[in-house]
Amino acid sequence: MNQQIFGKFQTDFPNDREFLNIGFSPSSLSIQQRWRNNGLSADFVADYMTTFFPRQSESQSEQQRQAELKHAVSYIANELLENSMKFNYAPSEHSIEFGIHLLDREEAQIVLYATNSVHLQQVAEFQDFIQELLTCDPEELFVLQMERNAENPDDQASRLGFLTMINDYAAQLGWKFTTMPNKDSIILVTTMVQLTV
Amino acid sequence: MNIEPITGENYLVEYHPDTTTINFQGVLRLAGMTEYEPIDNLLTEVAATNPSTMTLDLQKLEFLNSSGFSILSKFAIAMRKQKTTKIMMIGSQNITWQVRSLKNLQRLMPNLTVELK
Repeated sequence: MNQQIFGKFQTDFPNDREFLNIGFSPSSLSIQQRWRNNGLSADFVADYMTTFFPRQSESQSEQQRQAELKHAVSYIANELLENSMKFNYAPSEHSIEFGIHLLDREEAQIVLYATNSVHLQQVAEFQDFIQELLTCDPEELFVLQMERNAENPDDQASRLGFLTMINDYAAQLGWKFTTMPNKDSIILVTTMVQLTV
Repeated sequence: MNIEPITGENYLVEYHPDTTTINFQGVLRLAGMTEYEPIDNLLTEVAATNPSTMTLDLQKLEFLNSSGFSILSKFAIAMRKQKTTKIMMIGSQNITWQVRSLKNLQRLMPNLTVELK
């Protein structure tokens, strides 16, 4: 593998729009110590994004729209960060990156992504799940996944985050897998979520 | 039955035996199923008393990550078998995740009552 793309994945962002990138060093703190940072970062980027969607009026529907945008961004950002921290392959010493881009203000299109490293051995299982996500009916898969989780209480991955984004926030997902230069066993995975609010 | 409340930096989960209601408040973003175990155990303990009704009041639960949602879905699956207990979840119209996601639990458990206030 040098590079593989699944789902809806965008590489060119317009260079005249708002964006924010954050990096996390995986070795500076333990996962337990950095966990609360996920929520703080998610809330911060959600607040940051709402600035660019000011209320047109003080009507209840406008207030609700802004609250929904903020929650959707916060939920997706938090899930992406949690996944990146949880599945990151620490020995690679590659930093975890998170980004958010405002694609189109009129259409209220936002892209969020997170990149982390994984070991080559983790890739096949993850890609199988991605294929399932991209080919199955998401509502049915959601129910099936909840049943699977109940049967496997020791599995730490609920796998409900991506399904919630697709089902409940009408998000479009994509993934890029890239082999790290000179390290064939380490793969960088970027998960990208496109949201229209 | 005395069940101790579960508290953390931003959350509180508390059982009220007089109404067999479990109140959830704040922001739940715990790390994986292990950290959710105390909440999972609380739900199981209350269910084990075989109450006629069990209410999960989520109106003040502003945020729940996917691992936390998985605990609710696991609970709904377990309670499908316990036909003598009626399960109610009370949510808020003003909290986006509840409006968008609680319906998923009704797909698992069609006789679950979800009320959004």
